[in-house]
Amino acid sequence: MKLVYIAFQENEEASAVIASFIEDNPSATVRRYPAMVRIEAEGRLTVRRETVERRIGREWDPQEMHLYIISVSGNVNETDDEFTLSWGQQETAR
Amino acid sequence: MVEIRTATIEPIRNTFDHVAKVLGGDKPASRYLEGTLKLQSEANFHYQALWDKDHALYDPARTQIVMQDWYAFQDPRQFHYGAYTIARARQQEAAESNFDFVEKRQLLQFVDDAARQRMAQVLVPLRHYEWGANMNNCFVASFAFGSMLNVPATFHAMDRLGIAQYLTRIGLLLGDVAAIDAGKEAWLHDPAWQGLRKSMEDLFVTEDWFEVFVAQNFVTDGLLFPFAYRQFVRDVGVQGSTVAMLVEFMSGWFDETTRWIDSVIKIAAAESEANRALLSAWYAKHKAIALAALQPLAAGPAGNPAAALEAAAQLDARAAKLGLQVGGAA
Repeated sequence: MKLVYIAFQENEEASAVIASFIEDNPSATVRRYPAMVRIEAEGRLTVRRETVERRIGREWDPQEMHLYIISVSGNVNETDDEFTLSWGQQETAR
Repeated sequence: MVEIRTATIEPIRNTFDHVAKVLGGDKPASRYLEGTLKLQSEANFHYQALWDKDHALYDPARTQIVMQDWYAFQDPRQFHYGAYTIARARQQEAAESNFDFVEKRQLLQFVDDAARQRMAQVLVPLRHYEWGANMNNCFVASFAFGSMLNVPATFHAMDRLGIAQYLTRIGLLLGDVAAIDAGKEAWLHDPAWQGLRKSMEDLFVTEDWFEVFVAQNFVTDGLLFPFAYRQFVRDVGVQGSTVAMLVEFMSGWFDETTRWIDSVIKIAAAESEANRALLSAWYAKHKAIALAALQPLAAGPAGNPAAALEAAAQLDARAAKLGLQVGGAA
């Protein structure tokens, strides 16, 4: 299966999202670069709103994340409750 | 072809040792934890407080609540200076635009005199209550042990001044300077307000800061905020809808701060049976005082005698969920 990845600037806001990605995707690989963190996984990566909110203690909109995303690879499926990267069959939102 | 290569340099450490100890390992830590943990001085005090020979300058024994670890009180909102000011700046912008909207369109001119007077009578004297709440939270901030409580208590104290200022502006909109003067007069002399005023003044001379925290932030606010900024404004009906917009900050602020206050009570109560019993006793004592203070307000200026009891029932449910013993010999 092909890899999907997401790369973040490493800053205070992003660190909670990075930690949430790691929590929500136990099989993901985390690569830390100077000022950048890249998370990659086979086929699929998801972060859930609830996971991030529990970490930061306030309401969180997955769209806030775009401020510190450097790059992504994979098809993006974004809802109010989660942000998913995947290759191949998309679950279509109904 | 230029080949760009990156060299990865592993940081020798991710955070301070004292933060790593709490996190259970050397991991990247949030600014909240790095900026709040272990700020309390614990030794080498050069001066003994002359006004209090029984305690060290910073002393966990200034309250009867006993904690193994005073740093257990993590704020669920994770407010450090930056996060707090950013959150409040956003809320203030929203509140300002609400005030602008009401002023620009002169929306209060559509409110009849009776409703306007009724709202001024209930809301304007509360600015004196907010000032008292500021005093009480400053007291908590100065004597609480361990920076986990002092920091949010300081924020909480500042918030109260902000609320007092919003109430003043609402008063000016409702009835100009005369409404502000009448509010002070009511706070000082109107029998309906004397219970609340006495309860605040008694808290000014209460020595146990944790008791002040419970009485002010959990009990009295827990009754007063839902009563004044929700039930009362709803009771005023259509005539109150403009003012509902102006007190929206208080309503949202109450929900937000409730999360912090509840977590403090829950953590302290879960620490030991002695803490739980003490907190339950403080809860019962101050609920009786605050309820007796609110009833004349509910029956008088607010015009809904049942409102205070309804707020009390909600607060009982909240307290029970946090592990306090509520009512009777339960």
